[in-house]
Amino acid sequence: MTGADAMVKCLEAEGVEYVFGYPGVAICPFYNAILNTKIQTILIRTEQNAAHSASGMARLNGRPGVCAVTSGPGATNLITGIATAFADSIPLVCITGQVNSELIGSDVFQEADITGAVESFVKYSYLVKDAKEIPRIFKEAFYIANSGRKGPVLIDVPIDVQQAKIKDFTYPEEVKLRTYKPTVKGNALQIKKIVHELEGAKRPLICAGGGVRLSNAKEQLRRLVEEFRIPVVSTMMGIGVMATEHPLYYGMVGNNGFPWANRAMKEADLIMMVGARVADRAVNQPERVMKDTVLIHIDVDPAEIGKNAGATIPIVGDAAHILEDLLEYEMDGEYEDWIAALDCYRSEMPLVREPVEGYVDPAEFIRQLSLKMQDNAIYVADVGQNQIWSCKYHVVRNGRFLTTGGMGTMGYSIPAAVGAKLARPKRQVVAVCGDGSFQMSMMELATMRQYDVPVKIVVLKNNYLGMVRQYQHFSYDDRYSVVDLSGSPDLEHIAEAYGMKFMRIRDMEGLSDKLDEFLKNDEAYLCECIIDPMDLV
Amino acid sequence: MNKKVFQLLVENSSGVLSRISGLFSRRGYNIESITAGVTADERYTRITIVASGDDEILDQIEKQVAKLVDVRNIKVLTPHDSVYRELCLIKVEVSEQNRESLIAIANIFRAGIIDVAAESMIIELTGNPSKIEAFLGLLTGYTILELARTGLTGLSRGSEDVVWLDD
Repeated sequence: MTGADAMVKCLEAEGVEYVFGYPGVAICPFYNAILNTKIQTILIRTEQNAAHSASGMARLNGRPGVCAVTSGPGATNLITGIATAFADSIPLVCITGQVNSELIGSDVFQEADITGAVESFVKYSYLVKDAKEIPRIFKEAFYIANSGRKGPVLIDVPIDVQQAKIKDFTYPEEVKLRTYKPTVKGNALQIKKIVHELEGAKRPLICAGGGVRLSNAKEQLRRLVEEFRIPVVSTMMGIGVMATEHPLYYGMVGNNGFPWANRAMKEADLIMMVGARVADRAVNQPERVMKDTVLIHIDVDPAEIGKNAGATIPIVGDAAHILEDLLEYEMDGEYEDWIAALDCYRSEMPLVREPVEGYVDPAEFIRQLSLKMQDNAIYVADVGQNQIWSCKYHVVRNGRFLTTGGMGTMGYSIPAAVGAKLARPKRQVVAVCGDGSFQMSMMELATMRQYDVPVKIVVLKNNYLGMVRQYQHFSYDDRYSVVDLSGSPDLEHIAEAYGMKFMRIRDMEGLSDKLDEFLKNDEAYLCECIIDPMDLV
Repeated sequence: MNKKVFQLLVENSSGVLSRISGLFSRRGYNIESITAGVTADERYTRITIVASGDDEILDQIEKQVAKLVDVRNIKVLTPHDSVYRELCLIKVEVSEQNRESLIAIANIFRAGIIDVAAESMIIELTGNPSKIEAFLGLLTGYTILELARTGLTGLSRGSEDVVWLDD
């Protein structure tokens, strides 16, 4: 047996079904060995997207997504995808081929110090020096990636290590990590304090972040909200944890959030952040928002607590465990007046949009699209104006809303949708992007075609890098610099070239029927919507 | 700006030091000194870092370092509950006229003379940083040719917070 055989056996032992990647000489032993397994390989069209697809899959499966690329440029191309997953705490195991161990450090062809290069974007990384270490390292990598605060782990395997002969293979039952022991259970005393503070609060508010989903605490959160009648808002990464139309859910907070949600944050006398970082886009000027507010911060990462705002009650642990413990208590809190006030804000602070006739209004389009999508559909939002419209107007019921909030990497939606669709082939998957972000990942239409992954794609076309144009509109007096996307391809031809169905929507007329047609069958479909180039989020 | 002395117990493996120093550089934390050496248990290295920053930064440093997979334990060595030492080697230019007086100063500080040449001398001094600063202050009349300091290392007093490594 070779090191490469051991690598694929590790993946089998971890129940890995798909590996996204791009081969090259330095990873060929691995891709040779994988032919002997049932693991399916997906040749993605550029390495960055291998990490995004693995991320989309990981977010559906709740297990690390796996990608494998070659040394040098293959590995460095992967970095943006790794950094994206790191910022959103998505578990990945990234395997890179490396040049022969004896040549490491001598700048041979396609050599890159990838463990050094990704150091600040991974939870941990390994450079495998001995093939006998492979089972232990893979076991640890999967464990580290998917425990505590989740994130990517990289394993760099020199080609000679992949080729080395080893005698036997035993996959460890348990990990033995002396130095890594994430806290899972919340401190009981702190939980008691939370109950006490909640009982004393008049205007409590829960702010749910991506950590709720990552710890699989969605049900616990809903029960907490419903049983104790506590209103809830979310960060961008927390969208979808609560159904959009849940009466106690007030939507996304932050720079681009709903005004009533931000007002709720300002007026609350108690804020319970659950798996949220108090990051700059969600809570602008935390010291002002948190003044005179009891801040309860639940996070699995102790370093996030107190980083951006000092918490009154810090509590480290897994959100699902902590919320479960909270639900054990009886609480007398009476917040109906506060809820009535929030309902009032929501109805009195309408969103002002003045869509221009003769174009598709992205807000209304996204709302109608999501209402027609299947109940458990997966909606993948890209980055840019389209992302903000998606966050605001997409209606989540029992489905998922995937996007990259931390890094904001353009081009995320299509490859992530591919990963999500492969993970959940029976569910409807729709990627919504702009014409800028679409062109960053449109090479993946080939991947969709090759492996028959019927993702539906919406392109909100305005011929601009809309988010930057909007920024230049406000901050640079409409001096538009390098935001014009003319020269973009005719998407009808692109769709035809990749054998996809195509639809162009120019205005709101007959939208309902068009959406029915777009969503009707489980088939790849490209839908271009012409939107007002001057529209603002 | 405050200073804190952190003592880390980390996995004795390749790349550990770069992971720790990399964390400091990418998050913009200030390292004043860092020393490292293997412990009685060869699986571990003990690292002493002197860092400066405001209280929030120092708190973040402690948490972010603790989060690194290779870090087994981190503790703050407070001046009251710890002993600090630093080794300093000083090569001083000397002549027939001032050699004796320099030796006299060195003796007062219990510093050793570890090399004597016709025109220079190397003095070895161990102590807490303030002792070293005081000694260097007395050398203002001399020409220091070269100076090497190890940076601070230290241990907490007593045995209450010892991390037992029997697992």
